[in-house]
Amino acid sequence: MLDISTLLEEIKASPYEEIVIRAPHTGIVTFSDLKPGDRVQGKTGRWKEIPGTRIATLTRERNPKPVEAPLKGELREISSEFEGQFVEAGTQLAVLRHFLSRDEVIDILLRHALHLFPAPERAKYYFVPQIDTKVKVSGCQSVTVQQGMELLIMSRMKRETPVYYTGPGGIIYAVYFKHNENVDAGRPLIGVCSKEQLPVVEELVLRVRTEWKEVF
Amino acid sequence: MDIEKRAQQLTERLRYIRDIFAGRHAGVIAQLNARLDDFFQNLAEGHLAGSDPIIELGLLEEQFLAAERRLDAELTPMEKVRIVRHPQRICLRDILENVYDNFTEIGGQEEHSIDPSMVIARATITRRRGKKKYNQLIMVIGQEKGHGEEFRNGGSVKPWGNAKARHFMQVAETENIPIHTYVFTPGSYPIEDYPGAAQQIASNLYEMAGLSVPIVAVISEGGSGGAEAIALADRRLMLSHGYYSVISPEGAAAIQGRLKGQGRATPELIAHCAAQLRMTAADNLSFGYVDRVVQEPYLGARPQHYDFFRTLRQEIIRATDEAVISVRPFSPLRRLTLRRWGREDVNLDEVYLRWNLSDSAREKLVAKRQKKFLRLSRGACIDRRPALNLVRKSLRESWESTSAKLKYVLYTKHQQRLTNFFDESVSLALWLKERLLNPFSSKPLRPRLKPETVRELTTLSDWDESESRKGRWAYVSPRAREDRTVTCPNAATHGCMDLWAPDLYGEFAGVCTSCGHHFPMEYQWVVNNVFDPGSVREFNTEVESDNPLGFEGLSELLEKARQKTHLKSACVTFEAKLEGTKMIVAMLVANFRGGSVGAAEGQKFVEAAALAEKKHYPFLAYVHGTAGIRIQEGTHGVIQMPRCTVAVRRYIEAGGLYMVLYDTNSYAGPVASFLGCSPYQYAMRSSNLGFAGPGVIKETTGLEIPPHYHSAYKALARGHIQGVWDRREARANLQQLLLTAGGRNLYYR
Repeated sequence: MLDISTLLEEIKASPYEEIVIRAPHTGIVTFSDLKPGDRVQGKTGRWKEIPGTRIATLTRERNPKPVEAPLKGELREISSEFEGQFVEAGTQLAVLRHFLSRDEVIDILLRHALHLFPAPERAKYYFVPQIDTKVKVSGCQSVTVQQGMELLIMSRMKRETPVYYTGPGGIIYAVYFKHNENVDAGRPLIGVCSKEQLPVVEELVLRVRTEWKEVF
Repeated sequence: MDIEKRAQQLTERLRYIRDIFAGRHAGVIAQLNARLDDFFQNLAEGHLAGSDPIIELGLLEEQFLAAERRLDAELTPMEKVRIVRHPQRICLRDILENVYDNFTEIGGQEEHSIDPSMVIARATITRRRGKKKYNQLIMVIGQEKGHGEEFRNGGSVKPWGNAKARHFMQVAETENIPIHTYVFTPGSYPIEDYPGAAQQIASNLYEMAGLSVPIVAVISEGGSGGAEAIALADRRLMLSHGYYSVISPEGAAAIQGRLKGQGRATPELIAHCAAQLRMTAADNLSFGYVDRVVQEPYLGARPQHYDFFRTLRQEIIRATDEAVISVRPFSPLRRLTLRRWGREDVNLDEVYLRWNLSDSAREKLVAKRQKKFLRLSRGACIDRRPALNLVRKSLRESWESTSAKLKYVLYTKHQQRLTNFFDESVSLALWLKERLLNPFSSKPLRPRLKPETVRELTTLSDWDESESRKGRWAYVSPRAREDRTVTCPNAATHGCMDLWAPDLYGEFAGVCTSCGHHFPMEYQWVVNNVFDPGSVREFNTEVESDNPLGFEGLSELLEKARQKTHLKSACVTFEAKLEGTKMIVAMLVANFRGGSVGAAEGQKFVEAAALAEKKHYPFLAYVHGTAGIRIQEGTHGVIQMPRCTVAVRRYIEAGGLYMVLYDTNSYAGPVASFLGCSPYQYAMRSSNLGFAGPGVIKETTGLEIPPHYHSAYKALARGHIQGVWDRREARANLQQLLLTAGGRNLYYR
């Protein structure tokens, strides 16, 4: 049985993700006017068209290239000792503490609570027609899956192959793939939970939605 | 009841004055307010019982009128802008109701229209001669601001609204009735959805440049491209309190103050820009861009000014009559009529003149309109060509025109017949020869093939050395001398490797080898690598950009641009050959003030089109980049939109081939006129084209614009251009276009 409180407490104890920003290639590094504790933005805009805060500039072969924050958060460390120096690819330039948002927490919890059925290959995936109709009409939680059931169609290079579900039986709680978009091998396609666990999962989501406070 | 109503009107007038002057003349306003308050108080308390309240009210009205007269004389350009934007300002519906005798709105009703900001109506004007009545039909087209009606979008017309206007212009032409257009727009709604703001305005201008019915335009609020969409007319009237400008004062202030994003210009800067743009009726009359100014009541016309509508009616009739008379066969009677029509005391409702035209008069009307626009703004640039050179040039062009006619019209026509006859004869002779040598076989004789032909047909093809430059270009960018790498903007999404500058700018023609992104290149690259080596001959180099309005700072900016680029204007015109085919090219160079178009650029473009027409050469507009019309030149700039479109239309109708090729970024006025009207528009990969940039769209419409909204491929998908080219293949593609497109009068045909 899923222990919601323990899971949630674990995340609450460290409600952030630490991202190490490394030099993507060699070059002379120049840091922006930032210091530890400063807040930075990740990509923003409706289409993520506005780049994140520039943390440093890496110049290689007289070609200055920006190193930007991938997500919003707080700068914990800046390797300012490398200022103006030549650095190797992979050198740590900064550490960013990204505070988890409500949706990210739910995502992490669901990945623990659900059985995730992964994509066998990088391809586009669709539900088989009967299930697709059911999902469209009544939502994914109306579909019960069981071991060996023909569930999905994998479409790759004009080749369509049926995909059979493997794992514990239950209902589909979440669908992680989108129509006409490629999914990398190993990425989850669906999240399944047993019927008995469904109220527990729903409570979990509700608790996060009401209790979780986003830092910024 | 009457007293209350009149007093209420005075309250409205006071509020209007307060809105217009926005804090100025506070003393006069306070005085009027105090007198009005006293009147209301006395009326309420019955203190007016001794005197006649109607007389008191009459006195008060006179005081208001006197104050309005005084204030009117001191109106600043920005206050005139506030007048035309005020909800109490007359709108097209008021004009339809008060100027015309009858009207029916067509193309939509109220909000049930494809675009309620563009109103079309069939209207009539009844004129009398004695007891006889004549109903004259007119097509009325104009932007409708309404009195604060939200769905009118403030008179900002969407592309499909302009398309509707164009459609009904064609209807009027079919029915041979005059068109009256009313310009009440702050500017066009700058979206690219089909048919596209820029492309539709260009299409409207092109249509109006050759519309064979009289067009009279009345300008109240003439906001740049939106205004031009319906204002290319035989007679252009302007309301005395209106404005006609290349850009709104706020837009000019944002550019002048170098404001971006959330920054707002100060009211002082906006007012300063409004004054510098010389946008008032008097200014435009002095420049010659409007033919007549219609005097409005003090502080601008409002719906209750019935006398004004009568004046406007007379002016509209007079303008239409003048347009018609000017193309009718001339006679002493016409001369008399023309003189008489100009007099203010003549009631034009009581005289009659037929408005439909004969075929010859219609042709004359179009030619007259075109010539009128071609003559405009000539004095707004510096022309250092000595008079003798001009005469010599004129003589040379006349000779070239005559020789081109002799050569290409007479000789070529017969030459073609001879060639056809010769080809047919040879073909027949060969057939006869075959039959004689081999009389009994139905199989054709096997031709003797040369050994190299056999080798060519039986072995794998060789690399054609002549087809590829292999990175050897006639002109190499100076950036190729820099020892550095360059990152492709698509590196994150396409995984492009860094490119070494000598490779990128020297060998790859500024094209990313991984994703095909086109980096901007110098205009010299195009001049030297697209056209035949040594074939380029520049002309009209003595025509220079000027600062015709004395706009603050422009002269210094122009001087800086001259020093930076060694050019005298943003337009370079030259004759060149492409695989031996001679052509005229007008190139807008992005490095000179962003490739913006002013009077000098327009003049050079017009002359280039005329030269191409005379010489029977194809005409290419190569847009290395353009940011739009040069706003600091005000209406001298915006008038280039109709003017150059007229030049293009004359050239195309003379049987030429007008091609447009966009490189880097091309926006605003030029795209919405003389570039956008070309039937053959192509763009280089990675170029952007459209009406307004993302920032302007967001500010004016509130819409979020996705990345790549203006990209060449999006323009292609919307149907605005005919193809997207690779820079390295521009020469081959142009050659292909020369061979497959174009009109009847090209010499190489």
